Amino acid sequence: MSAEAWQVTWFTAGVAALSTLLILPFGTALAWLLARREWRGKSVVETLVALPLVMPPVATGLLLLKLLGRRGPLGGWLERTFGWEIVFTWRGVVVATAVMSFPLLVRTARVAFEGVNPRLERVARTLGAGPWRVFTTITLPLASRGLVAGTLLAFARALGEFGATIMVAGYIPGQTATLALSIYHLVQLGRDPEALGLLGISVALAFGAVWLSEFLLRRRPA
Amino acid sequence: MPLRRLLALASALPLALAARAADLNVFAAASLSDALKEIARAYEPASGDTLHVNLAASSTLALQIRQGAPADVFFSADEAKMDDLAKAGLIAAGTRVSLLSNTLVIVVNADGGAAIASPADLAKPAIGHLALAEPQTVPAGIYAKEWLQGAGLWKKVIDKVVPTENVRACLAAVESGNADAGIVYKTDALISKKVKVAYEVSVADGPKISYPLAVVQGAKNGAAARKFTAYLASPPARAVFEQYGFLPAR
Repeated sequence: MSAEAWQVTWFTAGVAALSTLLILPFGTALAWLLARREWRGKSVVETLVALPLVMPPVATGLLLLKLLGRRGPLGGWLERTFGWEIVFTWRGVVVATAVMSFPLLVRTARVAFEGVNPRLERVARTLGAGPWRVFTTITLPLASRGLVAGTLLAFARALGEFGATIMVAGYIPGQTATLALSIYHLVQLGRDPEALGLLGISVALAFGAVWLSEFLLRRRPA
Repeated sequence: MPLRRLLALASALPLALAARAADLNVFAAASLSDALKEIARAYEPASGDTLHVNLAASSTLALQIRQGAPADVFFSADEAKMDDLAKAGLIAAGTRVSLLSNTLVIVVNADGGAAIASPADLAKPAIGHLALAEPQTVPAGIYAKEWLQGAGLWKKVIDKVVPTENVRACLAAVESGNADAGIVYKTDALISKKVKVAYEVSVADGPKISYPLAVVQGAKNGAAARKFTAYLASPPARAVFEQYGFLPAR
């Protein structure tokens, strides 16, 4: 494998891992709120969260580009306040993949929380455990398989994101080039053999992530 | 029977029209977009033919033609793409002609864009992102890289380069303010109110820019394609190209 292919592979895996870690706390909290609480505007939030799953990724990307561009409302503020440039940088890749994989995490985690018997939580409460203790010692362990599966699905989605990423981060070799972007551009440049090499890596990574999530979902709870 | 006669007439009509009017697939470099659209507006009613103009980077178009896209006419922004197709036997003999030339400019955002007094300023920290059409394959990017190399600047700016899909995407990156500067054709800069020309590369200093035009071998509408390419070389079409800032081929 060439140095370039390694760099692209590590960059893609690193960016996918970072974006998954970023959405994990928010996604888990939102999934729990959707599964266990009734609140005003719940259905609107539910729909909004699902949007990146069904909208054309390029359209989501355009929305992010307008928002996060250096002259966009959020992008301008981030650059002035923290000196963070998003568009055409690795941060843009992280944001795009995070937004695109968020629905997968939330939906899987929500199902996992809904699968936990609420009676067990109530029993724990009557025995004197506080809500946080109930969450960490009863709900979370019982939902853990679904949560891990959702995390891996989100990670796998982040590995392969293309449409939103190309809009927000562009294709800059060595800076924003992920596996998916590199495959597309290598084919455009007529460098098919190299593209096929990256294709092999993509298949291996995706296979590993999905297989692991299936394995964890099927495994009997300990 | 008037009805039968009417039906016969109605069924013959599309045939008669098909014999005369052709649907032409014109594959043209992105930089030609606006000039070609204007030429098409005049050509379509006059000829009765319909033009389907596929605008993209010449490298993308050449790739599509190699892969069997049904192109009738190819209008490239560099000779190399045409050479590739000619070598592959995809250009109709005797139809190739170099029609236009162009010059390169450095553009910045019209609203508070970076100050550039000379090309060397591209190397300064104020320019964080320099948008170029993809510099290995897309003509505008190849020309820009060639010029930057000649000016001894390529190695100094290479880490800031944001490669774009075609020259119009490069222009858009500067228009949105996401790239601090970009190198495009002068003709692209002229159509945009959101960018200003910071530096113009003179014809003498710049690379030799040439736009060749040809009929694609095996074109479905060969005769109509030849007619249209002849029209593109005629004085009325040349006047439109000139109005958009294109130069005659050198």
